[in-house]
Amino acid sequence: MRLEYPTNVKIILVPCSGKVDVLHLMRAIQKGADGVYVVGCLEGTCHYNEGNYRARERVEHVRTLMEEVGLEPERVRMYNLSSGEGPTFAAYAKEMTENIKELGPNPLKDKG
Amino acid sequence: MIVAKRKPFDEIMDMLKDYKKVLNVGCGTCVSVCLAGGEKEVHVLNSELEMARKLADNPIELGAYTVERQCDREYLAELDDKVKDYDAVVSMACGVGIQFLAERFPDKPVFPAVDTAGLAVNQAVGWYEERCRSCERCVLGWTGGICPVTMCAKGLYNGPCGGTNKGKCEISQDQPCAWYMIYERLAAQGRLDHIKKIRDPYDWVDTTPRTLIQPGYKKPEEVE
Repeated sequence: MRLEYPTNVKIILVPCSGKVDVLHLMRAIQKGADGVYVVGCLEGTCHYNEGNYRARERVEHVRTLMEEVGLEPERVRMYNLSSGEGPTFAAYAKEMTENIKELGPNPLKDKG
Repeated sequence: MIVAKRKPFDEIMDMLKDYKKVLNVGCGTCVSVCLAGGEKEVHVLNSELEMARKLADNPIELGAYTVERQCDREYLAELDDKVKDYDAVVSMACGVGIQFLAERFPDKPVFPAVDTAGLAVNQAVGWYEERCRSCERCVLGWTGGICPVTMCAKGLYNGPCGGTNKGKCEISQDQPCAWYMIYERLAAQGRLDHIKKIRDPYDWVDTTPRTLIQPGYKKPEEVE
């Protein structure tokens, strides 16, 4: 398809979105990422039944933690798509990038 | 097992505001199983604290260490050469572990990062329900295996009270009446006569800390 998506998006592969832990998302922000999002399979289609639901719960939890810390929860998000939806993947990458650009850089980066 | 829940973040931040180098100590037993104060939760809290303090231009240096149990001397001993390097210690153990840690390092401020919430069963991952208040006078044998001290809003050893209402407690329609449940279960087992056994009320006066020494064992200071 030769689709393009923003080059600032760095992909970390996991066997299932249910593998993504709260700490993985926290560390991304802590180490200076401007945003982090999880792309899981469509809800109801998880090969492991509930991996993407667990991921969604964790993303919601991290958003709460971000608020506690004083950072915008919008920097952390969850998206769902099927493995055949390349154009949707690119559209989500673009949407996330635009949302983060509106928020500006991660304020932790200025703090050394 | 003993269950606990993480304290509100602002409360932890407030306790630590004057300290620059803090060791966060997790406990690998009950609070680890109930997802409140194990190794992972130590790292999540440290991550939050580090970010929040950095944003507040008051950076903090944090250590993380999880011992097998904070209620056992032999495991706390692992911390002896570590704690001296820190201004203060945070404990993510239950109230027992926190106190034992504070007792071992009396010159260090020790702060709790969790609120201990009772003795509970695991209904599902992350979902716990209290079942025991450790009253030291177990009546489960006469109450069909349902604890009236925990499950009854008044903790009555003898019940029900006048507030029982069609199987619910007077405090809420969501709260089953413990003594109604006890009645139903004893009736189903053909043991209703047990509900008539009158137990003396618990003596809540002068509730000093209890010490338990199992038969055949000595106090720690008496061990050679």
